[in-house]
Amino acid sequence: MIIKINGNIKTIENSMSLTNLLDKFHDPSIKMAVEINGILVLKSEYDSYLIKENDEIEIVHAIGGG
Amino acid sequence: MERNISNKSDKLIIKEKTYESRLLVGTGKYKNMEETRLAIEASGAQIITIAVRRTNIGQNTNEPNILEALPPHIYTYLPNTAGCFDSATAVRTCKLARELLDGHKLVKLEVLGDEKTLLPDVIATLKAAKELVNDGFDVMVYTNDDPIVAKELEEIGCVAVMPLASPIGSGLGIQNRLNISTIIENAKVPILIDAGVGTASDAAIAMELGCDGVLMNSAIAGAKNPVLMASAMKKAIEAGREAFLAGRIPFKHNASASSPTDGLFFK
Repeated sequence: MIIKINGNIKTIENSMSLTNLLDKFHDPSIKMAVEINGILVLKSEYDSYLIKENDEIEIVHAIGGG
Repeated sequence: MERNISNKSDKLIIKEKTYESRLLVGTGKYKNMEETRLAIEASGAQIITIAVRRTNIGQNTNEPNILEALPPHIYTYLPNTAGCFDSATAVRTCKLARELLDGHKLVKLEVLGDEKTLLPDVIATLKAAKELVNDGFDVMVYTNDDPIVAKELEEIGCVAVMPLASPIGSGLGIQNRLNISTIIENAKVPILIDAGVGTASDAAIAMELGCDGVLMNSAIAGAKNPVLMASAMKKAIEAGREAFLAGRIPFKHNASASSPTDGLFFK
């Protein structure tokens, strides 16, 4: 299925949890937060959230800024 | 003999937490993470701002993440809403930051009104501040040097109010000392200058006026030698604070001799 991660189109297998998706696309040593379709997903919900077709996923982290 | 310095117990307190340093620094615009780390160390700052961005943006993969380079057991993070031009985006950014930092509540709210000046949109700032305070955030809020708005932000429940000295990154220093003084006079929460500092004397002036602290980024990161400028800023903040506590002499129109005028042998 087609999804978007941080504005980039990606193709993934069906029936993947957000946890599995993050294993695939995110370095686990870096703290992050996730929004799907503009809604914040809590860390406690990562296992139960199943990625759907056309989901727009934002993965954010902390960087330098003033 | 020990000098009589009475400011040993003079600390910055924000939301019941005590800080030795009254200098808060941003972590943007540095050449690399090592320069960031060294400059921030030299500044003595304990509160540092960070930004929230997409994972594929703004991070050199060969460098440690900022949260590793500047770890939370040493620094208090102040995630910001830089780049937000409406209240909804600013609130969204704070919520992401809270989740990212495992429930961290202290945030720097800024809602910008204009690309050219980066001046705050105070109407949107007030709206976002209300929403964040109601949601349990401890909000340090960037605002204009307007005493009425500053007081309103305090009344909403912001834990610190941070008026600009002049536009972000301009290096113009405090443009309206009168308004900054009025904001300080009216306030029951800490008032920190945020934005516009260019060099050490600007920071000292802010502290001499009675500000509780100064937040800066460009003045240090953009200096030819950021580590040296960070050290200069640390001293300026301390000097300005001591001068404020010491109580300056009043302004006079005419001269007032420093040596005794009695006992002159040549008159």
